[in-house]
Amino acid sequence: MARIEAEVGKPQGGFMQWIDDRFPWTSTMKYHVTEYYTSKNFNFWYVFGVLAMVVLVIQLVTGIFLTMNYKPSADEAFASVEYIMRDVEWGWLIRYMHSTGASFFFIVVYLHMFRAMLYGSYKKPRELIWLIGMMIFFVLMAEAFAGYLLPWGQMSYWGAQVIISLFGAIPGIGEALVEIIRGDYSISDITLNRFFALHVIALPLALVGLVFVHIVALHEVGSNNPDGIEIKEHKGPDGIPLDGVAFHPYHTTKDLVAIIIFLIIFSFVLFFAPEMGGYFLEHANFEPANLKATPEHIAPVWYFTPFYAILRAVPDKLWGFILFGSSVLLPVFLPWLDRARVKSIRYRGWIYKSALGIFVVSFVALGWLGTQPASETYVLIARIFSVIYFAFFLLMPYYTTVDKTKPVPDRVV
Amino acid sequence: MSKLIKLAVLAASTGIAVFFLATPGFAAGGGAELLKVDIDPGQINSLQRGARNFMNYCSGCHSAQYVRFNTIGKYLELSDEQLIDNLMFNAEKTFEPIVAAMSAADAERWYGKAPPDLSLMARSKGADYIYSFLKGFYLQADSPTGVDNLYLPGTSMPHVLWDLQGYQRANFSEHTEAGVTTVHFEGFEQVTEGNISLALADDYDEFVRDTVNFLAYIAEPIRAERRKIGTWVIMYLLVFLIIAYMLKKQVWKDVH
Amino acid sequence: MNEDNVDRIDRNRRHFLTVATITTGVVGAGLATFPFLASLKPSARAQALGAPVEVAVGSLQPGEMIRVLWRGRLVFVLRRTATMLERLADGLDQLRDPDSAEVGQQPVYAVNATRSLRPEILVVEGSCTHLGCAPLEDFDLRPAENWHGGFFCPCHGSKFDLAGRVYKGVPAPTNLRVPPYRFVRDDLILIGQDTGAA
Repeated sequence: MARIEAEVGKPQGGFMQWIDDRFPWTSTMKYHVTEYYTSKNFNFWYVFGVLAMVVLVIQLVTGIFLTMNYKPSADEAFASVEYIMRDVEWGWLIRYMHSTGASFFFIVVYLHMFRAMLYGSYKKPRELIWLIGMMIFFVLMAEAFAGYLLPWGQMSYWGAQVIISLFGAIPGIGEALVEIIRGDYSISDITLNRFFALHVIALPLALVGLVFVHIVALHEVGSNNPDGIEIKEHKGPDGIPLDGVAFHPYHTTKDLVAIIIFLIIFSFVLFFAPEMGGYFLEHANFEPANLKATPEHIAPVWYFTPFYAILRAVPDKLWGFILFGSSVLLPVFLPWLDRARVKSIRYRGWIYKSALGIFVVSFVALGWLGTQPASETYVLIARIFSVIYFAFFLLMPYYTTVDKTKPVPDRVV
Repeated sequence: MSKLIKLAVLAASTGIAVFFLATPGFAAGGGAELLKVDIDPGQINSLQRGARNFMNYCSGCHSAQYVRFNTIGKYLELSDEQLIDNLMFNAEKTFEPIVAAMSAADAERWYGKAPPDLSLMARSKGADYIYSFLKGFYLQADSPTGVDNLYLPGTSMPHVLWDLQGYQRANFSEHTEAGVTTVHFEGFEQVTEGNISLALADDYDEFVRDTVNFLAYIAEPIRAERRKIGTWVIMYLLVFLIIAYMLKKQVWKDVH
Repeated sequence: MNEDNVDRIDRNRRHFLTVATITTGVVGAGLATFPFLASLKPSARAQALGAPVEVAVGSLQPGEMIRVLWRGRLVFVLRRTATMLERLADGLDQLRDPDSAEVGQQPVYAVNATRSLRPEILVVEGSCTHLGCAPLEDFDLRPAENWHGGFFCPCHGSKFDLAGRVYKGVPAPTNLRVPPYRFVRDDLILIGQDTGAA
C-alpha cells in the first residue's frame, strides 16, 4: 500500500521528475488546475474573475511598452502621449489598449463584485476572499487615479486637483496631507513624477500581490456557485466533490469562450470607438493641462462617478468627504452586514431581491448623474439615490434577518 | 450550435451597440447650437484641399506641432516634391512638424493670447464646433478685431477668412420674461460678398468642410487604419470563437 | 466525467478540436506580439533626428580631421595629404582585409584603394568594430614602434590604417565602417544618404 501511494502522484519521466524534486510544479498544477474542483453549474456571472485577470495582463504588458516612450514631466508628458499615438509604430494600438483596458477593468470588476452580491460569495467561509478583493478594488482605484494624471491633459490636471483637494477636508491634518500627496503647493511636475512612480511600480506590485493572495484564498476554501451550496460537503468515494468538475479542462475551455467573447467586445471599443463617446477618453483631455483655466464641465472618468455623485450631493466639504469615503468603504462590511442564512439570490426572499435591484438602479443612476453637470434637479435626484445606496448597506442586517428564505437543496441541480 | 450563434450575436451586438452609443457628445460652448458637419477621412481629395486650405489660411498663426508633413503626405497620397511645393512654406524637411510662421511670443503680444495648436482641436472640441466657429464670425463694432463669433463669444481671433466669406451681421432678438432678459440668435445676414475663388474652392461651406475634414484627420491620423485592422481582428476572433466553442461543447459532453 | 462514456470518435474529435484551438490561439498570440515588437523600432522622431547630415569640407585643411554625428553615431571626416595617400599602398600584408572585400562594411563606391568616393576625403564611422569604442587618431609615422599612422582604439588596442582598414593580430574583426554619403557640391558632403534629392 505504502509503495503504491508513493508512486501515485509522482510524474513519470526524467525531466519533470528532476523539476518536481526541486520545485512543486506537478503538485501545484494539480492543486490549482487539474484537480481544483468547482461546481459544474457556473453561469455567465462566473467569468468575470478570469476576465479581470485577462485585463490585468493586458494592462501590465501595454503599460510596460507605454513606459518605454512616455515622459513623466509636466513639460513633456502631453507631447509624449501624442508621440506614442503618432510617431511610435503601433503606439496608438498600445495606448488605446491601455486606455480601453482601464475602463474595462472597472466594468469587469464591478460585474465580478455584483456576482458576489448575487450569490453571497462573500459569506462564510469566504469573508477573507471578499476582503482581499476589496483591497484589490481600492488599489485599482488608486492605480486608475494615478494613471489618469499621466497624460497631463485638462481633465487629468483638474480631476486630480478636485480629488486631491478632497483630502483637505479632513480636519486638522487635511492641508498638510494634501501637500504631502502633491509634494508641492499645487499639482505640478513633482506630483506627476511621483504619481508615475506609484502608477508603474508601487501600485501594480501591490495589485499583483493581492491578486495572487486572492486566488490562493479562493482555492483554499473553493469557489462558491450560483446555488450557494458547498460542494465539498458531498464527495464521492474518490474524494472528488460529486457536483464538481476539474478546473482543467472544463473551466479552461469554458473560460476561453468567455475570454474570446470579451475580446470581441473589447476590440469593438478599441478599434471603432476608443473614446467611447468621451467616457473612456474625455474630450477635454485632448487639451494640455492649463493651470489658468478649468474646463467648462469637469467630471471624473465614469468608473468613479457613482461615488463622485454622492460627494457632490452633500452640501458640506467635510461631510461630503466622509460620505464619499464611506460609500467606497461600506461594501467591505458586507460579510457581516448580511445576516441571511442562505447565500444565493435563488433562495432569498423578495425583500433582498428588491433591495439588490434598487441598489443596482441607484448605483447606475449615481454613475450617470456623476457625469452630468450639477444642476439643482440632478443634485436632488443624486441625494435620493445616495440615501438608497447607504440604506442598502446600513439596513441590511435588518432586512436580511426578516426576509423569508427558501430551503437550499443539498446538491447542485 | 444555436448557443454559439447566440454567443456570437451577443458579442457582436454588444460591440455594435457600443459603436452607436459611442457617438461623441461634445458640450457646446457659447450657447448657440452647433452646426453639423459631415466629415469623412476616406475622401482623400477633400483632405488634400483641406491641407491646402490649412497651410494657406491657418498655419501662419496656428501650429499643428504633433503632425509631420511626411505622415500627411503618405496618407494624402502626395509625393515629397508635392509636399514641398504645395504645403511646406516654413518647413524645410518633410519629416518636420507643422509649426506656425508666427512665434507664440509675438502672437501673445499682438492678440493677447497665443493661437492654440490645432493638432488635436477636432478631438477636444469636435469637428462640428470648428465648422460652426469658422462660419460664426459676424460684425461687431465694439470688438478690437471688428468681429465677434457666435460660438466663441469674445474670441481674439480676427475673421481671417473674410475675403472668402464676406462679412455677415448677426441678428438677435430679446425676450423679457419675469424680469429676465434672454437673447436669441435669429440668423445671419450677409453684408458684403466674399470671393471664394481666391481659395480655389466652389463655395465657402465646401471650403470650411474640407478644412475641418483635414483637422479631424490630423487629430487622429490612424482613424481609418484602426477600423480596417479592427475588422480583421474581430473576424479572427469570431473564427476562434467557433473553434473554442466546439471544443468547450465537446469537453463538457461528459458532465451531467 | 466517466472516461468510459467517451467513445473513440469523440476522443478523436476532442483531440482535433484541442489542436485546432491551440493552433488558432498560438497564431493569434503570435500576431498580437507583432505590434509590440514593431513598436520597439526607431520611431518617426528617431528617424527624423537620424536624417542625413550635411558636412562642409571646403575649409578642411589637408591632414585635418573633424568629428560629426549622424544618427548619434560618430563619423570621422579626414582630408588626407598626398603622403598619407601614398602610405596606403604600403604594408598591405599586415592588413586583415586590404581590398575591403568584407561586404556591408562600406558602400560599393568605397570598395577601392582609398575606401572613399574622392581619394583625399575619408569618411568612416568612428566606432571600433570590436566593441564600439571611439578610436583615437594618430597620424604620425613611428617605424620604431611599427606604427604607420592611422587610428588606435584605446579600449582593447585595435589598430586601423588611414583608410580605416584593420591590422592583423588585433581584436577588431573588420575594417571601420564607411557610412553612405555623397558629395552635394565639391565642398559639401551629405552623410546618411547616397541617392535622390537632398
